[in-house]
Amino acid sequence: MVTVTVAAGRIAFKPNWWARAGWIALVVYIVYACSLLDVTWARFMVGLDNGARFIGRMFPPNFSRWEILAKGLAESLEIAVLASTLGILVSLPIGLLASRNLMPVWVTWPARMFIALCRSFHPVIVAIVFVKALGFGALSGIAALTVASIGFIGKLFAEAIEEISLKQVEAVRATGAPFMNVITYGVLPQVFGRFMGFATYQLDSNLRNSTMVGIVGAGGIGGALFAAFQRFDYDFVCAMLLSIIFLIFVGELIATQVRAIFLERTRVDEE
Amino acid sequence: MENGAALSIQGLSKEYSRGKPVLRDISLEFAGRGFTAIIGPSGTGKSTLIRCINRLVEPTAGAIVFQGRDLVKLSGRALRDARCQIGMVFQEYNLVERLTVMENLLTGRLGYVAPLKAWLRKFPPGDIDEAFELLEVVGLTSFANQRADSLSGGQRQRVGIARAVMQHPKLLLADEPTSSLDPKTSVEIMTLIRDLGTAKNIPIIVNMHDVELARRFADRIIGMAGGVIVYDGAPAGLTDGHLKSIYGGEDWLR
Repeated sequence: MVTVTVAAGRIAFKPNWWARAGWIALVVYIVYACSLLDVTWARFMVGLDNGARFIGRMFPPNFSRWEILAKGLAESLEIAVLASTLGILVSLPIGLLASRNLMPVWVTWPARMFIALCRSFHPVIVAIVFVKALGFGALSGIAALTVASIGFIGKLFAEAIEEISLKQVEAVRATGAPFMNVITYGVLPQVFGRFMGFATYQLDSNLRNSTMVGIVGAGGIGGALFAAFQRFDYDFVCAMLLSIIFLIFVGELIATQVRAIFLERTRVDEE
Repeated sequence: MENGAALSIQGLSKEYSRGKPVLRDISLEFAGRGFTAIIGPSGTGKSTLIRCINRLVEPTAGAIVFQGRDLVKLSGRALRDARCQIGMVFQEYNLVERLTVMENLLTGRLGYVAPLKAWLRKFPPGDIDEAFELLEVVGLTSFANQRADSLSGGQRQRVGIARAVMQHPKLLLADEPTSSLDPKTSVEIMTLIRDLGTAKNIPIIVNMHDVELARRFADRIIGMAGGVIVYDGAPAGLTDGHLKSIYGGEDWLR
């Protein structure tokens, strides 16, 4: 037998008082915020009552004004595709410039600032700004969603480049290849798969957002949707909502197909 | 081929952090042909020495004269042109994993092909013919269109060697090319490097830590310890005494 003396006052699990205080503070703040904003059960029940009447008026959906609907949807689709294409094209070089493992600090710093700026505001706020600057219509919507795309893809693309294997890049550099060849042979093959993933995700996201920028006058089906809400044409609202769901669904299918085609190359061949 | 010294290293030093030199005042001459093995324990600067030659590592002091020019002073276009003339084989192969074997071979020609053409895979037909011939030599013809990450270690290193030879180098460097491979494959890879070097008349400098492998393949052995050269001569002249001063201790020699 080995005899072991244990020190008095031992503690197996040390309490973290800062964490406990933090949790308590969070609970107190939630209760306070609820009382301030009239978030009560009674208020919720009143809301439910109203909601039932609203949903009742939505059915059956009214597709009689399908021309307006189709025109809005088509415009949303155009905004989404144009903004995605433009945004992806711009974010490729910006993302490359922002990657700290390939570029010197004086290049990455401004590129990162630009990306951060593009990400600072919600697309709706950017859309409002563009509507004020460029006027009503699809052009403002395209500009707003392009900015959002640059912010998203630029950042993820830069991060993807920062995670590549530099050994592969080193080998291409050692062959005496000029910079652009190092990029196309040493860097792009390593990030291409992930880049296609980001791009299709962004197209998907832009489809959704393009139905919304219309609310602030930046083109697409959002404008018609907002007008119908204000006129209490809830059956037409329902028709538009169903169409948007359909559009998003089709977009998702196409994105999946695109990923299947392009990512096939990046899967390990087993033979 | 020019005769005499193809590569001359003069007073080469390298410090990664100030006051801690990894290479101390190295001077070496290399002839226009032959297989030189640099042996020594891990961390003694073998890899740094090799990488200083094609400037993957920046030397702190010294000159590296290759084809009449001091590589240390080159930059930009002139440095890339010099790198085109120096092939390199890496310990971990360093193939571009997601490119095919053929694309990896043609990477060796990237110093000669304009970016747009390279991106569109519009290489000169001669390059492609040569790549297929080299694949035949290294025994990987049927793998041409397979991705590099689907190959085994030995196969990858064959691609790595073929990529370096595609450059038509006037010097071939290899940094521990067999350290990640089993003994049988190691011998096959070394044989391939030596035979290609002889056939194409390229001088070869290989880092390795396996003394027996060095004795078997090299015409000249350079032993390094602590950032300096402690032996430089024929394999036959390498004694246990030299090995002791290179690797330290003696128990492992028995």
